[in-house]
Amino acid sequence: MSQDHSLNPETMPNEPEKATLEGKNKFLGLWFFLGGETVLFASLFGTYLALRNSAADGPTSEELFGLGLVFLMTILLLTSSLTSVYAMYHMKNNNFKKMQVWLGITALLGIAFLTCEIYEFTHYITEYGFTFRSSAFGSAFYTLVGFHGGHVTFGLFWLIGLMIRNAKRGLNLYNAPKFNTFSLYWHFIDVVWVFIFTVVYLMGKVG
Amino acid sequence: MSVAATQKKGFGAMLWDYLTTVDHKKIAHLYLAGGGFFFILGGLEALVIRIQLIKPENDFVSAGLYNEMITMHGTTMIFLAAMPILLGLMNAAMPLQIGARDVAFPFLNSLGFWLFMFGGLLLNCSWFLGGAPDGGWTSYASFALTSPGHGIDFYVLGLQIAGAGTLMGGINFLVTIVNMRAPGMTYMRMPLFSWATFITSVLILFAFPALTVALFLLMFDRMFGSAFFDVALGGNTVIWQHLFWIFGHPEVYILILPLFGLFSDVFATFSKKRLFGYTAMVFATMLIAFLGFMVWAHHMFTVGLGPVANSIFAIATMAIAVPTGIKIFNWLATMWGGSITINSAMLWSLGFIPTFTIGGMTGVMLGSAVADYQYHDTYFVVAHFHYVIVGGTIFGIFAGLHYWWPMMFGRILNETMGKITFWFFLVGFHLTFFIQHFLGLMGMPRRYWVFLEDQGLDLGNLISTIGAFLMAIAVIVFFINIIYTAAKGEKSSPDPWDGRTLEWAVETSPPPFYNFKQLPLIRGLDPLWIEKTEGKGKMTPAEPLGDIHMPNGSILPFIMSIGFFIAGFGFIYHGDHAIWYLALYGGMALALGCMAVRSLKDDHGFHIKKEELEREAD
Repeated sequence: MSQDHSLNPETMPNEPEKATLEGKNKFLGLWFFLGGETVLFASLFGTYLALRNSAADGPTSEELFGLGLVFLMTILLLTSSLTSVYAMYHMKNNNFKKMQVWLGITALLGIAFLTCEIYEFTHYITEYGFTFRSSAFGSAFYTLVGFHGGHVTFGLFWLIGLMIRNAKRGLNLYNAPKFNTFSLYWHFIDVVWVFIFTVVYLMGKVG
Repeated sequence: MSVAATQKKGFGAMLWDYLTTVDHKKIAHLYLAGGGFFFILGGLEALVIRIQLIKPENDFVSAGLYNEMITMHGTTMIFLAAMPILLGLMNAAMPLQIGARDVAFPFLNSLGFWLFMFGGLLLNCSWFLGGAPDGGWTSYASFALTSPGHGIDFYVLGLQIAGAGTLMGGINFLVTIVNMRAPGMTYMRMPLFSWATFITSVLILFAFPALTVALFLLMFDRMFGSAFFDVALGGNTVIWQHLFWIFGHPEVYILILPLFGLFSDVFATFSKKRLFGYTAMVFATMLIAFLGFMVWAHHMFTVGLGPVANSIFAIATMAIAVPTGIKIFNWLATMWGGSITINSAMLWSLGFIPTFTIGGMTGVMLGSAVADYQYHDTYFVVAHFHYVIVGGTIFGIFAGLHYWWPMMFGRILNETMGKITFWFFLVGFHLTFFIQHFLGLMGMPRRYWVFLEDQGLDLGNLISTIGAFLMAIAVIVFFINIIYTAAKGEKSSPDPWDGRTLEWAVETSPPPFYNFKQLPLIRGLDPLWIEKTEGKGKMTPAEPLGDIHMPNGSILPFIMSIGFFIAGFGFIYHGDHAIWYLALYGGMALALGCMAVRSLKDDHGFHIKKEELEREAD
């Protein structure tokens, strides 16, 4: 097949993720998608800011949050962003094995982050009786942080799916854009977490 | 799949073709058919409203049913009629105008359509399942939370699904325009309609996520017991208003900007003149789009945001009149001294200018925060937004349909019937809505199902209802025209209007599914017109004849949308009986399963061979 040949060239170009029109489209399309996601999270942040002091009779943010765990989660997610950069570096050098290794580490860090988050939510619910239904603050908190957690979960399925699907056939011009768009998405999730760390946890503890 | 295989087919094959198509021209047909269907529904709902208000204290429908009618009329017309028809026109014309063979993401294009269609169907299923949504098209959280039954739940899920489809359409058009313009097609050589598509897509991209969040919050409050809008638990219903209008105001520009682009193309074509002030038109469109995001709180003047907020939003609102005025004058100047052809497309465009200007002026009046306390929630507002949305969007859609019908279907719509449609609609429209300004100023509130006798409102409402029926006649004539044209209409050449832009430079009418055998070389604004004035009459190819890469069709978007449709019922009813969790999880599994298949299974598309294209030429 002609396209198999053109998608598996003898020497990979410098930027395999943008070598085809499909690749360029995916790259730009994901950037636009992230633009929309920004508005989505901005709306959730706006809602949270409006409701963060509306704890009604339930626990307040000062009573709930502990910065230790959140700090650990931040480290985990920030590091996973770095490891995904390493993976993309190896993709550009056409080193599939090393790319898979770094992507694997990224996935493990993501899973660790998610485990912490699940622990955190369970802790709030069992120890403090603080749920989605406790107060407007509860609803806003779980929605904002939960949407982020949902994005992490989706990203993990995406990543693991990509890694398994392409494990045997290596890198080509068809799947390079897919790895690259994942990494962009993952950075975005990371940036959102930085804002959550600041607006929800730091301001919730100090403000 | 070969070129020959696209010829002559049976009904089953044709149906399968449309269910699986990823061709932007066929998706345009689907959007027009789907949007047209909902336009009829929304129109019938409008007639019910007008019949109820034909005389004082009428009892044609009950108060509850009336609320459902006004809610569904607004929601249907905006989300399920106007927007899809616009997306249809964009799909039909934009890739051709910029010299592309398809959109950037053909699969997403198809998914966007099916999500809209099933979202719309889900919303309308509510009529048969215990009552439609009744909180107004704005569905303010304060009413929406207390509304009994499942009406509002259908609103939330239906719009969520349809909205996701629209967002995909927006991203798709953006990437198409940035990455896939033909050689030489710089940004400042794009026809105004393509520019408007681009800017509208930016609006869709940044406005719809706010609606997504608003709908999620309402869904969580109604179905999962959260407290965003529950004042007793610290909630705040004004959050809904902000989120809704942060989406809602850009939405009205999403509805009008594509038509601003279209009118620019129509005026230039039928005046045989280059568009006056092209650059100013482009920047005016951008400015309107930018300001469109800065004015949402003018829908909330009476909420009590305080004088500072009200003043800022009032000034920003009035500022929009400036770029809009630039456009009106540029259209007039385009026609000035031109060699004007008056046909149906041009009539609708000419009718649009005074109508929309009236709507714009009442808009500035409403933008004055102090005066708004008088106008708020009266028929003055109803008159205003119908002048801009019907007078702008619907007039524009009719102009666009007449203008591009030959390109889309290969036949020219009947002119006589086109003119009958226009005159009935124009007269009916002004009869219906002009009088409503005065009804509003006399104090008639919107959304009330009856009014009392002898308060000076009787005659005005009667006139308004008569006008609505004239518009209904116009629409019926238009649909007869479509059927007549399909059966006996005049066959069109690829360039029936002596066009200026690339969509008229294709080889056949309707265009072949790959659009251009060889991508054209663009040498300036109005590329086809340049070649015509230089005596060549057709585009110069920018590439040698070669294989063309095309995407494969797929049934997955259709199945995926059915999955979300089923899951929608699951969400709505899961609180009534646990069995509905089956629909919820089943539907989501179906949709996500399709996504997994799509992402794990390679799809390389196919090539049309060079030899095949050469044979075609004979």
